[in-house]
Amino acid sequence: MASAAGKLSSQGSNLPFNILGLVLVALVALPVLVLFSQWATLGNGEQEIWQHLFDTKLDRLTGNTLVLVLGVGVGVTVLGVSLAFLLSMCEFPGRRWLDWALMLPLAIPGYVMAFVYLGLLSFAGPVQGWIRAQFGSSNWFPDIRSGPGVIIVLSLVLYPYVYMLARSSFLMQGRNLLDAGRSLGLDARSAFFRVVLPVARPAIAGGLALALMETLADFGAVSVLSYDTFTTAIYNARDGLFNQAVAAQLATLLLGFAIIVLVLEQSSRKQARYTQGEQQRPMKPIQLTGPGAWLACLWCLLVLLVAFIIPVAQLVLWVFESGAGEFDSRYPEYLWHTLALAGIAAALAGFLALLLSVFRRMKGPGGTFRSLCVRFATMGYAIPGSVLAMGIIVAFTYVDRTLIQLLGSGPLLVGSVFSLILAYITRFMAAAYAPVDAAIDRMKPSMIEAARSLGTPPARLLRQLYLPALWPGFLTAAIIVFVDVMKEMPATLIIRPYDWDTLAVRVYQFTAEGQWERAALPALTLLLVGLIPVIVLVRKSARPG
Amino acid sequence: MFGQIRFLSTTLILLLAACSDSNTPRVSEASAMPAETTGQAQTSAAQVSGPVVVYSSRQEYLIKPLFDRFTEETGITVQLQTGEEGPLIARLQAEGKDTFADMLYTVDAGNLWAAADKGLLVPLQSDVLQANIPAHLRDPDNRWFGLSVRARTIAYSTERVRPTELSTYAALADPKWMGRLCLRTSRKVYNMSLVATMIDRLGVEAAQAVVQGWVNNLATRVFSSDLLVIEAIAAGQCDVGIVNTYYLGQAQQKRPDIPVALFWANQEGSGVHVNISGAGITTHAKNPTGARLLLEWLSTAEPQHMFSELNLEYPANPDIESVDLVQSWGNFRQDNINVESTGRLQSEAVKLMDRADYR
Repeated sequence: MASAAGKLSSQGSNLPFNILGLVLVALVALPVLVLFSQWATLGNGEQEIWQHLFDTKLDRLTGNTLVLVLGVGVGVTVLGVSLAFLLSMCEFPGRRWLDWALMLPLAIPGYVMAFVYLGLLSFAGPVQGWIRAQFGSSNWFPDIRSGPGVIIVLSLVLYPYVYMLARSSFLMQGRNLLDAGRSLGLDARSAFFRVVLPVARPAIAGGLALALMETLADFGAVSVLSYDTFTTAIYNARDGLFNQAVAAQLATLLLGFAIIVLVLEQSSRKQARYTQGEQQRPMKPIQLTGPGAWLACLWCLLVLLVAFIIPVAQLVLWVFESGAGEFDSRYPEYLWHTLALAGIAAALAGFLALLLSVFRRMKGPGGTFRSLCVRFATMGYAIPGSVLAMGIIVAFTYVDRTLIQLLGSGPLLVGSVFSLILAYITRFMAAAYAPVDAAIDRMKPSMIEAARSLGTPPARLLRQLYLPALWPGFLTAAIIVFVDVMKEMPATLIIRPYDWDTLAVRVYQFTAEGQWERAALPALTLLLVGLIPVIVLVRKSARPG
Repeated sequence: MFGQIRFLSTTLILLLAACSDSNTPRVSEASAMPAETTGQAQTSAAQVSGPVVVYSSRQEYLIKPLFDRFTEETGITVQLQTGEEGPLIARLQAEGKDTFADMLYTVDAGNLWAAADKGLLVPLQSDVLQANIPAHLRDPDNRWFGLSVRARTIAYSTERVRPTELSTYAALADPKWMGRLCLRTSRKVYNMSLVATMIDRLGVEAAQAVVQGWVNNLATRVFSSDLLVIEAIAAGQCDVGIVNTYYLGQAQQKRPDIPVALFWANQEGSGVHVNISGAGITTHAKNPTGARLLLEWLSTAEPQHMFSELNLEYPANPDIESVDLVQSWGNFRQDNINVESTGRLQSEAVKLMDRADYR
């Protein structure tokens, strides 16, 4: 299918663009390839470890991982879609501020949510303590360190992906579809389920895929809550058995899960192609009244309470208890590092995602190959940061060595800000790619045909047609990457240049020692700063009127 | 579109150029010197130029005060790169002879053993270190040296357990502790080391029987930190557990009357299991002289006492006293098996714990 974007690039010569695309893909995919290359190391030691894993725990870990992915999948879909529907298509008291407030949990790192709820809900925590004081026993209280506990915690931090993408899709459709459905004799509910929801399906699937890839890559939350997954086995192979080859091999298997997720996502897109309506009619929301309005408001408030207000309150309390003793004169520096890294990485990732998306749609032979390349370039999202970081180190030192031989200069990549940015892009390309690609998907080929048949020059085409259409997708991509980079810990730890500590690194140095209270100040600062881009995103995408 | 591409590539190149200078390793005159020097070769701070670069898996707040003190005394600066041990060792390995690092500082002998095993650390003959650090706390081949000692022993509820009921780690496998034991996850290196030592002392079969017994006695799922184990004992979720002593110190600092105490395990037999935080000089160090001075300095009186202050650990140098809180736990006999065995037997221990379904 010759898409709209493909036509743009076919204006000039394709060759330089092809080469550029391939170079970018190679750069981003190199760390992942390094992991795959570890399959070459399959000596006796490795085989023995594999046998051991098969004999002992591989089945349990695979089962745990599947349960987690399914559970979080259901969790984020239910939360994300229900909230997106209520806040974008209905009207009820509190809707306006809930609309942006419910995006805020995006700024909370999963491991922070995990340690807050572990502190509150464990046997030794205040909630069970109070129950024992009142009733003598709290043995009936469910253990948060369990499958359901991890599923709930991860769903609370990851639902914003689904919410964001579903919400913008609902807003884009306006009331038109809903009205169309109703004019065909459907009541509001069936119109939603049979018309609006199917149209939003690609967006929902996109958000879901991001959430599930993050779930696969998560190490922080699952280890705080003592829930063994594939990821914990990777760490154990590396740090316990001292076998980096097996760790890398396990990581590539983790990609198997990710590929299943992506295939499902892709198939949900294939079945239909939807483009933007010509004219956005100002939307007239469904006015909820009486119990309906109350229930809607209550549901939103409940999610906000559990996913944001309680964790933030707990962090504030901890900062208060441990005093501000952790604060020192270097905080502005951490802040500046965090913002600079996140800002540069976000802009570049958004931009590269755009290039990759166009690259994939280019005309000419090798389309399948290019698709595959792009898939590969977005795989980093499903690999635990600490494992990918090792791939990055190996890949970058290799590039460095080659450069030293070619140019005779010192190492360029390792230990430089540039390599850290590249690491972020490798890690988060998928998060940038999904919204940008969806935006290109939504562009109407007929509009571009018309403009071009009128002889509009490419530059103007770009300025007046592409940029306005792509801007929202680009902005969403940049902001997701921005927040993701801010929260990113393992790759930052290992690749950051000397003296380039970030807020996430500060959080790590205390959580690594189990000192949650002292981690509260950097975590809270991180969260507050993370709110800024989230609020920007919300304001840019708010429903008109 | 092409304008944007050009802009992008220019940006990348500029970034590359801008960032490349900031971290090129300084080449000191000392780098010409071989790292392996004899104890007789006296080095002084005046001979050292350039900073010592330390890759450390110890957290900055636990270690930087020591380095700051070193800089005050010698004028030699220390560049600290903190991170997780796995990736740090991988980075050291990948960087090879181009590495920035002069010293690797990690927690747990197992990690140092793994780094030495990969040829990343170089032997160092130093009379100072030989004199200050007991033999069982350093590499038999002198590639790394323990600097602080971390004791792992039994913690018990002062409300529900009498110390006379306790004796050894292995005795916690006795069915009388059914439903009363709390443990941290087997994925933590401290437990790997403890079990590795048991394998060395008891043999694989007996050690597995003990671990199996522990698992049967668990009151609840394993915890992700020693502090959580202590809190669980205090709250009554279980009665005994196995923890590193400084975690109890942290808990006591927060809550002085916490009803949990330490019992020194295996005093009739092999002694309390200890591990180290320690360091070695990297094979491709650019500033081996500076690194050597730092390593030797860390084994002397003042920094040794600081280890005790900073994290309530024990000085590796037996002549140096700990802080009062640490002393209040009483004296104990250490297991004097060389901590190197914890690294050598670590993967065996991991597999054993997997077989026993100790998660």
